[in-house]
Amino acid sequence: MWLLNSSIGKKLIMSISGVFLILFLTFHLCMNIAAVFSESAYNMICAFLGSNWYAVAGTLVLAAGFVIHIVYAIILTLENRKARGNDRYAVNVRPKNVEWSSQNMLVLGFIVLGFLVLHFAQFWYKMMFAELMGHHEVELGGQMVGTTEGATFIKYYFSQIWIVIAYLAWYVALWFHLTHGFWSALQTIGWNNTVWFNRWKVVSDVFATVICLGFAFVTIAFYLKSLCGGACC
Amino acid sequence: MDKNINITLKVWRQKGPREKGAFETYKLTDVSQGSSFLEMLDILNEQLINDGKEPVVFDHDCREGICGMCSLYINGHPHGPDTSVTTCQLHMRRFNDGDTITIEPWRSAGFPVIRDLMVDRTAYDKIIQAGGFVSVNTGGIPDANAIPIPKKDADLAMDAAACIGCGACAAACKNGSAMLFVSAKVSQLALLPQGKVEAARRAKAMVAKMDELGFGNCTNTRACEMECPKDISVSNIARLNREFIWAKLKD
Repeated sequence: MWLLNSSIGKKLIMSISGVFLILFLTFHLCMNIAAVFSESAYNMICAFLGSNWYAVAGTLVLAAGFVIHIVYAIILTLENRKARGNDRYAVNVRPKNVEWSSQNMLVLGFIVLGFLVLHFAQFWYKMMFAELMGHHEVELGGQMVGTTEGATFIKYYFSQIWIVIAYLAWYVALWFHLTHGFWSALQTIGWNNTVWFNRWKVVSDVFATVICLGFAFVTIAFYLKSLCGGACC
Repeated sequence: MDKNINITLKVWRQKGPREKGAFETYKLTDVSQGSSFLEMLDILNEQLINDGKEPVVFDHDCREGICGMCSLYINGHPHGPDTSVTTCQLHMRRFNDGDTITIEPWRSAGFPVIRDLMVDRTAYDKIIQAGGFVSVNTGGIPDANAIPIPKKDADLAMDAAACIGCGACAAACKNGSAMLFVSAKVSQLALLPQGKVEAARRAKAMVAKMDELGFGNCTNTRACEMECPKDISVSNIARLNREFIWAKLKD
């Protein structure tokens, strides 16, 4: 099967799963932005995407996307290290116009994954997973909170400065990963030429910036809200 | 103004493909900046022979940047710090008095070291043999202008055909990938009506050979394009991906 055996096939799997995850990120951002403006709207989304069969199925597809992307990242990196040979260069210079992120995608990916684990432990495990286990309330900071009250979770976590800083660091790693990943995926699919090359690069930079600033906006907005104790808005 | 400079060379010495290699340091005095890099190596070898030592083995042929024979990874760059030139076109005026210059062979699993700075690049020939040609039936020579070709296509094909197959792309690539070479060779033919006929078969055969020979998977870092002495564009890689994926989907 060419998709699994050939180098271009394996990379196509990386690019398609990557584009899929990019679409998910966009969707995720849209939901979070809603939380800033209306907490009840966000809680409605949380209830809608709770332990319903379609949300669970969607989560499984999403998880498969992550697993495929990560497994193939590891396979491709191992193969590439082997292809480099046993002797390494003594002098290594990054040629100009070669993005730093493009040479460190695996490392950036692991940083993103590390935070993903934290993020899952904080939100998903206590929300969808708890619900699937048959609980409708979980303990959060000494209080019992409903599993679909997403806004309460956000407010609780983002009132703690270390979590805010950790999440902001996460978005930076994500930004680097996306600026290369976006155009690289299109290049691998073959939707590129001399004219579109620069266009796609600009589009990926803009897209990555919008996504990461969007998430940062939600994070910081909730931190600021927690500072004034909800009195200012 | 060109001066005479004193330099220190750190050269990779390796007796054979299976021997363990190491760097040796040599000092050269009074090297004219007007000399080419390979002439400087000739001076080094002259000096080594006079001292009764083994000269450094390195590949070279035309010394005018068209044959693709010279290689050398100089101070972290294939074909040295200059842009868009091969090692044989690199001149010593790019270096200063007192510089230490590190010279390494191409390092890639696809290019095993034969000796010192010389590597075995027959892998690229094998990829060409797998499909980098147009099958021609014998008969009368067709008229050159019988098939009209758009100027844009002719230009793109010519740009791709500038590839001399030196191997700098795979040498520069952190993944040891030969995609820039293969994509240039696929593109130069796929863009022209004569080559289009066999485009699908060619893309499949050449990629299969490339994978088989142990070259890595392209991750679009663009190091190849930046180091290529002939400025082959990575847009050729997009074309190769397109050709290959289409060919496979049609099967």
